[in-house]
Amino acid sequence: MLDNTIYNERLDTMNDVKISARGVNVFYADTHAIKDVDVDIKDKMVTSFIGPSGCGKSTFLRCLNRMNDTIDICRVTGDIRMDGQDINAKEVDPVQLRAKVGMVFQKPNPFPKSIYDNVSYGPRIHGMARTKAEMDEIVEKSLRRGALWDEVKDRLHAPGTGLSGGQQQRLCIARAVATEPQVLLMDEPCSALDPIATAQIEELIEELRQNFSVVIVTHSMQQAARVSQRTAFFHLGNLVEYGETGQIFTNPTDSRTESYITGRIG
Amino acid sequence: MTDATQSPAQGSLSAYDAHTAKRNTAEKRFRAYGLTAIVIALTLLVILFTTIIRSGAPAFTRTVVEIDFTLTTPQFEAAEKKLLKTKEYNMLFAGFVADAISDGALDQAAVAASLERILGKVGGDIRTHYRANPGDLDTPVAFELSTSSRAEQYLAGDITRDTLVDSRFLTAADLDVIDRMKDAGFIKTALDTTFLFGADAGVDNPGGAGIGVAVIGSFFMMLVVLVVSLPVAVAASIYLEEFAPQNWFTDLIEVNISNLAAVPSIVFGILGLAVFIQFAHLPQSSPIVGGLVLALMTLPTIIIATRAALKAVPPSIRDAALGLGASKTQAVFHHVLPLAAPGILTGTIIGLAQALGETAPLLLIGMVGFVAREYPDGLVSGFTDANSAMPAQIYTWASRADPGFYEKAWGGIIILLIFLLSMNIIAIILRKRFERRW
Ligand SMILES: Nc1ncnc2c1ncn2[C@@H]1O[C@H](COP(=O)(O)OP(=O)(O)OP(=O)(O)O)[C@@H](O)[C@H]1O
Ligand SMILES: [Mg+2]
Repeated sequence: MLDNTIYNERLDTMNDVKISARGVNVFYADTHAIKDVDVDIKDKMVTSFIGPSGCGKSTFLRCLNRMNDTIDICRVTGDIRMDGQDINAKEVDPVQLRAKVGMVFQKPNPFPKSIYDNVSYGPRIHGMARTKAEMDEIVEKSLRRGALWDEVKDRLHAPGTGLSGGQQQRLCIARAVATEPQVLLMDEPCSALDPIATAQIEELIEELRQNFSVVIVTHSMQQAARVSQRTAFFHLGNLVEYGETGQIFTNPTDSRTESYITGRIG
Repeated sequence: MTDATQSPAQGSLSAYDAHTAKRNTAEKRFRAYGLTAIVIALTLLVILFTTIIRSGAPAFTRTVVEIDFTLTTPQFEAAEKKLLKTKEYNMLFAGFVADAISDGALDQAAVAASLERILGKVGGDIRTHYRANPGDLDTPVAFELSTSSRAEQYLAGDITRDTLVDSRFLTAADLDVIDRMKDAGFIKTALDTTFLFGADAGVDNPGGAGIGVAVIGSFFMMLVVLVVSLPVAVAASIYLEEFAPQNWFTDLIEVNISNLAAVPSIVFGILGLAVFIQFAHLPQSSPIVGGLVLALMTLPTIIIATRAALKAVPPSIRDAALGLGASKTQAVFHHVLPLAAPGILTGTIIGLAQALGETAPLLLIGMVGFVAREYPDGLVSGFTDANSAMPAQIYTWASRADPGFYEKAWGGIIILLIFLLSMNIIAIILRKRFERRW
């Protein structure tokens, strides 16, 4: 117990915070969707966001790469820093930020183009490949990481929208990792996947963690417990509890967290 | 729950309960309404098209007299020695015709006079032919000679013996000649290339009037409309739809665009007259002015269609691109615009088709039918020379007194409809080709 506390403290004080959010509030017109949330996303770690539907997980996730900018009625206040730099500052270009903070959306949204074009789009606009061969390599590597390569390697030029729902989800994951982001935000990436594909994605998350930080929203407690080192529990727009995954699942301090993970609210 | 006799779960599947029967009747009734509406619409369409084609088809044909005429060498040599040479050829031809149609019952001189009214001065044509082709002498040569518009009207039944008033254009004696030529099988119909490719003609010469020059005028106008309105409309729509903030100013612009689409076209015409001709001194009656006026008129149509097409692109596509670190412009040009392209194309072609059929503003800027007198001699003059356009040409013909022009107006409408239909077909093909699923 003592060891654990020391370890925790060391974790918190170490200079390995990738994104730190302080006093974040989000409003959709008059709806107060996120209420005064403080979160530190650690580098080279997986953070999972759990909580009942509509509690604001996606909304908060979208604050981290400023995707909420694209919603007219959405207003974000508070301080969000990545590597110590305020991401909402005037001089920060959200386009540059999003190249570093990739995102997999809750609903699969492949471009109505070929599978190849879907994956190569990000690398192409960021000039990551000089030759066709390099691009082919990136596409293959990304599709392998997205656990999709074997299923689509013979039809890379078929439309991405012609894939099944779960395949589309993996295509979107492959597309997001193709740009090599420093932080990957994944909004329920496994919601339409079978156990095999889920395991492959979880493997990918584990692999990505070696170099990047990953934030994953999930409705599966087992998944959160399996893949993440830290877990945040949201409820009605509040961050109820945030800490080490093991501690949240075995010894939650808040009664709401306990009810949720044991299946009594949600 | 056991006493719920009404419950659908209780009844047999093959027996309708009262509720289902009622729903089915309602559905049948609704289908009948729809079918009736479609049948009525189709009937009206068929009536419309048959009327147009029946009235307009004669404009595409002309009546010709086709005669295998033989001129002997002595006749030729004799005629060439005469003082009034063409008159001599006229007489020779009339004699040949008189023999062919009446076995000498009709007087050669009278036939010659009639033929002059029916066919015009044919002597010149015949002489020119034999002087150029002396080898044709002594053998039958097929001459195809156009008939006058009055003779044509008689053959078409528009003029009868009872309604005919003897005039210098047609007399009762001429009708006998025509009837006999018809019986002899000399009268044929041929495609009227003058109508398809010719220019407008004087008010007393419907037979010489053609729509070709007006078609060229319309073509140059449509070029101007396309080049001016498409880029402006697409740029405006993209800005309004993808970049502009939502505030009172953009709302105002939106309301104004919708209102602009409802402004009567004649208002655009008078605006064009004031701005482009009186103020900017662009050439009057020119396709460039007409095109600019129609471009203004077409702008709101294309803008509305383009905005609808942009709106129909699912926002998740924009999110996907932005989420990968694409800029807004990249997201729009790489993903949104290609997906909206079929809608934009359709809107553009519909706007162009509308502009193609517009008459009122053209009359105001002087593009009336009778200025379409000759083909422009180059690309630039195609834009700047006075010309008319198809609908204005049709309007001019329809308002002329000579009934021959009435037929030309219907024929012009057929040509106009053919252009409109082909544009719509192109729109459909383009939409099908670019259509994408997501
Ligand atoms: N675009 C929007 N406009 C208005 N309100 C929104 C919008 N997006 C989300 N909200 C509101 O914000 C709240 C949080 O939504 P959010 O999508 O973040 O929930 P979530 O935790 O991701 O739920 P789920 O698990 O179902 O995905 C909800 O009450 C929702 O109604
Ligand atoms: Mg969500």
